[in-house]
Amino acid sequence: MSKVELKNVTKIYDKTNKAIDDLSLTINNGEFFILLGPTGAGKTTTLRSIAGLEKIDNGQILFDEQDYTSIQPAFRDTAFVFQQFSLYPHYKVFDNLAFPLKSRLRNFSKEDIKEKVEKIAEMLKIKSKLNNKATELSGGEMQRVAIGRALVREPNIYLMDEPLSSLDAKLRETLRVELKNIQRNLGATILYVTHDQAEATTMADRIGVLEEGKLVQVGTPEEIYNNPISTYVAHRLGSPRINIVNEDVLSLENSPSNTKKLGIRPENIKINTGNFQGKIRTIEALGAETVISIDYKQIELLALFQGIFKGTKGENINFDINANNILYFNDKNESIR
Amino acid sequence: MATIKIENLQKSFADFTAVKNSNLTINNKEFFVLLGPSGCGKTTTLRMIAGLELPTSGKIYLDQDEVSLLRASERDIAFVFQLFALYPHMNVKNNLAFPLKMQKYSRAEIKERVMEAAKLLRIDNILDSKISSLAGGDRQRVALGRALVRRPKAFLMDEPLGTLDAEFRELMCLELRKLHDDIGATTVYVTHDQQEAMSMADRIAVMNEGEVLQADSPSIIYNKPKSKFVASFIGSPAMNFIPFNQAVQKNQTEITIEGTKIIIPKQLEESTTQENFLGIRPENLKLVSNEGVAGNVFGIEYLGSRKIVTIETKFGKIKVRIDSNVNLKIDENVQFIPSNDNQIIFDGKTEKSLISEFLN
Repeated sequence: MSKVELKNVTKIYDKTNKAIDDLSLTINNGEFFILLGPTGAGKTTTLRSIAGLEKIDNGQILFDEQDYTSIQPAFRDTAFVFQQFSLYPHYKVFDNLAFPLKSRLRNFSKEDIKEKVEKIAEMLKIKSKLNNKATELSGGEMQRVAIGRALVREPNIYLMDEPLSSLDAKLRETLRVELKNIQRNLGATILYVTHDQAEATTMADRIGVLEEGKLVQVGTPEEIYNNPISTYVAHRLGSPRINIVNEDVLSLENSPSNTKKLGIRPENIKINTGNFQGKIRTIEALGAETVISIDYKQIELLALFQGIFKGTKGENINFDINANNILYFNDKNESIR
Repeated sequence: MATIKIENLQKSFADFTAVKNSNLTINNKEFFVLLGPSGCGKTTTLRMIAGLELPTSGKIYLDQDEVSLLRASERDIAFVFQLFALYPHMNVKNNLAFPLKMQKYSRAEIKERVMEAAKLLRIDNILDSKISSLAGGDRQRVALGRALVRRPKAFLMDEPLGTLDAEFRELMCLELRKLHDDIGATTVYVTHDQQEAMSMADRIAVMNEGEVLQADSPSIIYNKPKSKFVASFIGSPAMNFIPFNQAVQKNQTEITIEGTKIIIPKQLEESTTQENFLGIRPENLKLVSNEGVAGNVFGIEYLGSRKIVTIETKFGKIKVRIDSNVNLKIDENVQFIPSNDNQIIFDGKTEKSLISEFLN
């Protein structure tokens, strides 16, 4: 596997539309790196540029310090997993997995291929299905095969474009843990793009947050969650979403002088204690926790309560704010530290 | 608005039965969610209520009237599809007005209804915009608006948020629920996403393989599931099921799993078999430094306000929910115990939960 670097990469569509804008990024060898952003932020374009499926307008792409910017896709040796899994329906699972190894560019013996396929099938828990046709598989199994087809090779980098997004919520959750474990065991370099923050925080070694083609922050999931550089980044992580309110709504002591907005994560609003008083707007019992929407001076604040909350809509409620975990933002929505 | 009742509803396609003998009453003004995995029959049930499929047998009532075999257009129900089909070349106003024009309403009536729906959905400021220039959320609102203008007796929605970004979906969930509270229309909503169901529903019907397994409020479905399937489908991450080899008797308060004694709520029902399961949700387990069940850390998932740790044990992988400031390492040896008596015994044969003092 390789270290992959992007240096000032820009990709322009239709002459003016900058899909990626001066993007610089290093993905270390063996790192699980996730690009997070909403639709249209430039995630897929970044992946496609590394694979060579898009010709970039400016900048450089390096694999282990070597310039690959103008190398043909076939010779870049990357493995791509697409959102919509594309298997050969008339092939058996074994042959689907073996296919990338049979390329004339690679010289693997039959025994080599068998060994590699079986090892990956074991890891992905599809070994018992090796003789099934691809069409005889469930959606989850098909996606495992699609991921497996990338993993049988040891390319410079694995590029994954929302590979779990077409699966049921339950299955997605299971595969998340498995994929992370496989990556760790293989020491694989993965660049993975998603709009799903749970996928990002649970699997990534580091997350890069994209905003309209620009990479605005890179860090570990904890760093990005606890120290977002802007309100934009603060909104990307956290479920339920962070409360961002004007400074004068809460008029807290000790705010930095140029504070315009405050960011308070819902878990830092404590219910049934403290001197703030509001009214309960709605109560969402999510099982392990409850989201309470509070009307405070006509502003909606979301509070996260552990366990089952006993209260009713319209009731008055006291709350307190954990002062150590407040985020402060200036008039440009940038974080003040 | 409307009450929807389905009686012994069945739908077969050739030799495949999509919906088996379903019975449900959806109350007036209720937000009712049909939840289940792909192929469980939820969409087929919804399409039969809409009149897009005809039942093989059984009856559907809208208020007092039987509508089982009526055409969709004769049912006074609005359907919101998964992929919102809007006319891209028309502006928002014309998209909203379209269903009314087709039904030959007067101009004044159309104008009034379009404005009313647009205000409710907060799209009255973009009525002249082209659909192609709108963001995903606004398009979704227009699609909802097109259902709203008809002032139907009930709304049927088939995964209307399925194609949206995760973050945006959460916001739309809140909005849909608010809209429902404002207009109070009976709503039947289909999804495979348990979190959507939990956050919006008054009641949830969990379906699997064509059958309705349980229909209850979100908190009853979560805390008092009647079967292993319901318990496993609701909750993120899913409930842990620990197999044990011991028949359960009435009044029993303790079981032994691999040499570890575990206190359970007093049982009021006996098991039909020796091989049973102890069900515990990840938030009802806690890490301890000794005298717990041992295992190795297999995975750690950081989720901001919390972490989920997956522990490899001799009876399988177990998930425990912990505070996000607790630091663990992969392969580290840890121990855990139940932190309260929110535990359910599932019969290994019937897969139903056994009644206990906790479940009563």
